[in-house]
Amino acid sequence: MATLNLKELSKKEDLLTHGHRMCSGCGAPTVVKMVLLATEYPVIASNATGCLEVSTCISEYTAWKIPWIHTAFENAAATLSGVETMYRSLKKQGKIDKDIKFIAFGGDGGTYDIGFQSLSGAMERGHDMIYICYDNGAYMNTGIQRSSATPLGADTTTCPAGDVIPGKLRARKNLTKIMAAHNIPYAAQASPSHWMDLMKKVQKAHEIPGPKFINILSPCNRGWRSKTNDAITLSRLGVNSCYWPLYEIENGVTKITYTPKDKVPVADFMKPQGRFKHLFDPQNAELLKRVQDEVDAEWAKLQKEEKCG
Amino acid sequence: MKPKGWKDLTPGAVVLEGGSACNFKTGSWRAFRPVWIEENCIQCMWCWLYCPDMAIKVKDGKRAEFNYDFCKGCGICALECPGKKGKKAIEMIEEGK
Amino acid sequence: MAKVVAVTGNEAVANALRQVNPDVCGIYPITPQTDMMQRYASFISNGKVDTEAILVESEHSSMSACIGASAAGGRVVTATSSQGLALMWEMLHIASGDRLPIIMPVVNRALSAPLNIHGDHSDAMGARDTGWIQIWSENAQEAYDNTVQSFRVGEHMDIRLPVMVCLDGFIISHSIERMEYLEDAEVKKFVGEFKNLFPLLDLDKPKSYGPLILTDLYHEYKRAQHEVMTKVKDVVLDVAKDFEKLSGRKYGLFETYRLEDAEIALVILNSAAGTSKDVVDEFRNKGIKAGLLKPRLFRPFPYEEVAEALGNTKAVCVMDRADSFGGYGPLFMEVSSALYHLKERPLLINKIYGLGGRDYMPSHAELVLNELAEIAKSGKIRTYKEYIGVRE
Repeated sequence: MATLNLKELSKKEDLLTHGHRMCSGCGAPTVVKMVLLATEYPVIASNATGCLEVSTCISEYTAWKIPWIHTAFENAAATLSGVETMYRSLKKQGKIDKDIKFIAFGGDGGTYDIGFQSLSGAMERGHDMIYICYDNGAYMNTGIQRSSATPLGADTTTCPAGDVIPGKLRARKNLTKIMAAHNIPYAAQASPSHWMDLMKKVQKAHEIPGPKFINILSPCNRGWRSKTNDAITLSRLGVNSCYWPLYEIENGVTKITYTPKDKVPVADFMKPQGRFKHLFDPQNAELLKRVQDEVDAEWAKLQKEEKCG
Repeated sequence: MKPKGWKDLTPGAVVLEGGSACNFKTGSWRAFRPVWIEENCIQCMWCWLYCPDMAIKVKDGKRAEFNYDFCKGCGICALECPGKKGKKAIEMIEEGK
Repeated sequence: MAKVVAVTGNEAVANALRQVNPDVCGIYPITPQTDMMQRYASFISNGKVDTEAILVESEHSSMSACIGASAAGGRVVTATSSQGLALMWEMLHIASGDRLPIIMPVVNRALSAPLNIHGDHSDAMGARDTGWIQIWSENAQEAYDNTVQSFRVGEHMDIRLPVMVCLDGFIISHSIERMEYLEDAEVKKFVGEFKNLFPLLDLDKPKSYGPLILTDLYHEYKRAQHEVMTKVKDVVLDVAKDFEKLSGRKYGLFETYRLEDAEIALVILNSAAGTSKDVVDEFRNKGIKAGLLKPRLFRPFPYEEVAEALGNTKAVCVMDRADSFGGYGPLFMEVSSALYHLKERPLLINKIYGLGGRDYMPSHAELVLNELAEIAKSGKIRTYKEYIGVRE
């Protein structure tokens, strides 16, 4: 594995090029860029329908310099399992000799929700691939609808904060742990703010044969109702508040890869985001407290899991 | 350029030229323009790393000028820039000013 | 050298696939297809083929994986029935839109609700607008022969489209018939090496599959897809000619049975055509000029040829083993479209038969042929669309 030196990495060719049409300040292209920078092998990607997909390959313009395939919304993992299987078949038959790696990209809608079965199936079958979820916490491509990754209390267009219902009333699905429960060799959570941690996880995942899953926080200023310049700052606050802990589960062993020196209140992460604005109204104080309590409880649980090995 | 007719298309809509998006400029989306102040730059490369639009040119492992053909003006680079002795190496200015 | 065997339709098709030896196959169980791919899995386990199986968790993923595998660059098969085909529906359009020559035997079965596992054509008829080529088979021999030929059709460089090979659930898939296998080497030579068009695995030329295409080009892409379909008939006939040289068995766009001078005729797909031919013979013995047309290539539909074949009859009944509720049966709609352009055309009726595996008996064919004889004589139609073999 090459050491992760930005000066050296910057000499690499952009495998996701400029000219893509993601919104200004979107976190997802940075996530993809970091994943591909950490990839030292020839690689083929599949992509679930979503922002990343529609914005990077339109008409005859593709931003991908690697072989790339999109088929539909719910099946990035199944589609890639086909590509990977053909690779294995042709390699077995001596028709191909290169070593190729496989990465699937999906948003939280295409991963936690509609693509969940396809992901679960591909992981169980043991295909050699990394599935990367860029998690922005809602169906952003269709206009900010609630997904099972939408955080508690968030205002979305299908769980709008109203006079009676203050946004989403359910906590997020913990997909990273659900994927680890498939007994895959590697599942991890990362954030673009902690780029070294993210890239190390990708490097490590590539060296492990079989199915790998990495869940990466991916700020969306449109859906989070934040500024176009704060994707990295917000993802850093997500990590430092333990809303988005950085950890990995390798062969069932949990390791927290970054512990914030000063854990900040989750309100620090939420306050700059318009989707949580209503939670700071006095009548929603209890819900805001519940958000903090749930983050604390999940963090405590994770620390306990790490101690237990 | 004359728009393509149905006889000119690639079977299955497969895009055969990898990275052809380089021919689609997104610089006109910009409302604010980042300006690089070289004397304050410590070459940490964070702006290059965090730029979602691959709009910061690099030469021999060093940061060079912005690629204004593609920069959408999000301002992440300016916000994340550590600068030198408290002075930012990137400033955002309104386009047209 | 042909080898005479007694096998089920599923076994026959599984063996055709074994002889072709595709690179990847998607496997998922569904009655009555299950036993076909189960047999294929045993070929894999016993080293009879080079194929890598993907033991998917649904038919949707099966077709998704087949699309990925086919785009990667290689020969790909899967098989399904009924609900499985329905679950694939979204992906069927993507396989054809991406122009990927995936071969898929479809063991025809009824659709829910109510749940039913037996043979009718609702599944494949529901997929007739998905851009796939559809080839239909009367018996195990035809299912086998059509499977072998389908690779040459779908993979033809001017075509590059996926193909469904349809055979009737249980009636054909599970009944043992006498049929002939070609030699393994003959099949291998007949289908030839798979040729790639735009393989994703070619790292030197990175491609993107599945772009977003908006109002500027989508219409043009669909026009191009239509154009490809217009070339399929000729390829099917060319392949059939080569196949005849190899096997001695002759195939066309459809089969005609005593149709040349017929005054009344049945148009009927798949296994029920066999039953009907016996009844046609009985009518001929009585001096009634009955005939039959059994479509083989249903997508693209050979409108001109069907019109020519039926043009001299006086009355025709199109028999559908599927219904388009609120419309006529799907086969009827095609045949009536085909005949519309003729100046002189037969009177046309539609019967719906055999849904959910309801037996189709010679008496049903008799009833219909008698009605046609009456229509031919009187020029009057009692009713255009009717269910037969149904209890009041």
